[in-house]
Amino acid sequence: MSALTMSGDFGLEKPVDRTPKEASLGASSITSQQVAQVAAEPAKEKTMEITASLPASKPGTPLGERLGNFGRAILPPALGMMILIGIWYIATMKGGSIPGPGKTWDAAALLFADPFYSNGPNDQGIGWNVLSSLQRVGIGFGFAALVGIPLGFILGRSAFLSAMINPIISLLRPVSPLAWLPIGLLVFQKADPAATWTIFICSIWPMIMNTAQGVQRVPQDYLNVARVLALSEWKVVTKILFPAVLPYMLTGIRLSIGTAWLVIVAAEMLTGGVGIGFWVWDEWNNLKVEHIIIAIFVIGIVGLILEQALILLAKKLTKESS
Amino acid sequence: MEKFVQIEKVGQTFDTKKGKFVALRDIDLTIKQGEFVALIGHSGCGKSTLLNLIAGLTTPTTGVLLCDGREIAGPGPERAVVFQNHSLLPWLTCFENVYLAVERVFGAKEGKAKLKERTAAAINLVGLDHASSKYPHEISGGMKQRVGIARALSMQPKVLLMDEPFGALDALTRARLQDELMRICGASKATTVMVTHDVDEAVLLSDRIVMMTNGPAATIGEILEVNLPRPRHRLTLAHDPAYIDCRARVLEFLYEKQAHVEKIAA
Repeated sequence: MSALTMSGDFGLEKPVDRTPKEASLGASSITSQQVAQVAAEPAKEKTMEITASLPASKPGTPLGERLGNFGRAILPPALGMMILIGIWYIATMKGGSIPGPGKTWDAAALLFADPFYSNGPNDQGIGWNVLSSLQRVGIGFGFAALVGIPLGFILGRSAFLSAMINPIISLLRPVSPLAWLPIGLLVFQKADPAATWTIFICSIWPMIMNTAQGVQRVPQDYLNVARVLALSEWKVVTKILFPAVLPYMLTGIRLSIGTAWLVIVAAEMLTGGVGIGFWVWDEWNNLKVEHIIIAIFVIGIVGLILEQALILLAKKLTKESS
Repeated sequence: MEKFVQIEKVGQTFDTKKGKFVALRDIDLTIKQGEFVALIGHSGCGKSTLLNLIAGLTTPTTGVLLCDGREIAGPGPERAVVFQNHSLLPWLTCFENVYLAVERVFGAKEGKAKLKERTAAAINLVGLDHASSKYPHEISGGMKQRVGIARALSMQPKVLLMDEPFGALDALTRARLQDELMRICGASKATTVMVTHDVDEAVLLSDRIVMMTNGPAATIGEILEVNLPRPRHRLTLAHDPAYIDCRARVLEFLYEKQAHVEKIAA
């Protein structure tokens, strides 16, 4: 684990080990995990034989305590949400251009009553818009993974190539992905692949860099094992490098998806078509401000789900290697 | 007995930021087949450096190392290493960790069933049948080290190299594993080189104890023959005059002859 907790040379986030942020993001899911962990603990160790008479008292925490934990996990976020809505309510009480929570709620109820209607390409339900944005992110991100992860492996293994490519990455990485949009439009002559191209560009950097960093951080001990056993390069990659790099790779993937979801909204505002970003712009043109607020919530919730899903995946895949 | 491992005029110099650092100089040592040799010395005396040279993980700056008549040019499964910190792959079960080694050495000639049999036999040898399907993080430090030994032995190496294999363990576990190691080495007749800083461990296990002077520029100070009959039992040895004498001589070397240099180093 020690290699994993070191902070990155590139100033990237630590992989997997991100309990503090999780606690603030999804407090309720944490408690259920903790409960599950406590329940799983006695079965895990050989000590079970010794404490054979005890385990009955261990897995089941008293009901009252569990309710207390639940309350502690739910109460603060719920309170935060209520305060946010309260401020929103007070700020919009006197009327003005921004609709209040009540009006927005009514609009949302109407909107989500039929999220998958379709009246031609320029008037589709919010469900379709979210799905087509996700599809663009998926495709652009998929291509970025296909290119970025192998490239990261190569850069991590070869000091020469790493020294050759790193300046280029350092130069291109700070560029806003939207700056690449005109190039995409020019090359592909169409809005849709141009947006996907933008996603590709912004997703690829974290994946290359985290994978390369992971490869460089593979503990020397493991590589010594490989050398003593004189393992083939294929075995080294599949049995040692890949599992050791997996947590770093998953961090790269998570950062990429996060950025991609940020960028797609902006890219779609510029390219048009069907998508949540375009929808926001369209509703702005229609001056349906409550819809814009709904869109903000939807974008936030989808981003949160993507992030949490990847954290869950990372936990599942790396549990054994802790 | 023939010379099995030969170390001739070996020196090791590292390039550091402060310039050249001479870790080892003028090492001459021959190890017979089936012999158990312990390398002992204060920390920083280059014991592990010498072991890494025999393993082939590093190449000497001067001199040459031979194993079974051939120059040691790099690491290989015929010189198995038990690492100080077990170095099991955490994403593989104990069985899979050993199997990886077995498959590498015997995979070309033998079928899967035979390979699995070999793996199971190696795990059985260190008494870990019950933990075979567990992951390294699910077992204790002593058990991990036993898996490391099983992995090394499963390759049927010409030489077994151990770098302070029991250093991180508590005294009771260490004693039990030492007894097990004596039994295993007695049965397999493996040529073994073990780095240790534990005087009792060195005397109990070895045929010869190679005592190293303090670094930098460490070399072999004295070599002590341990002429105690095998099988050895720690309890009967505790009152054996020959054992006590060997122990005293190693202690003398470490704490009288080499003590002053350590002060300078510290």
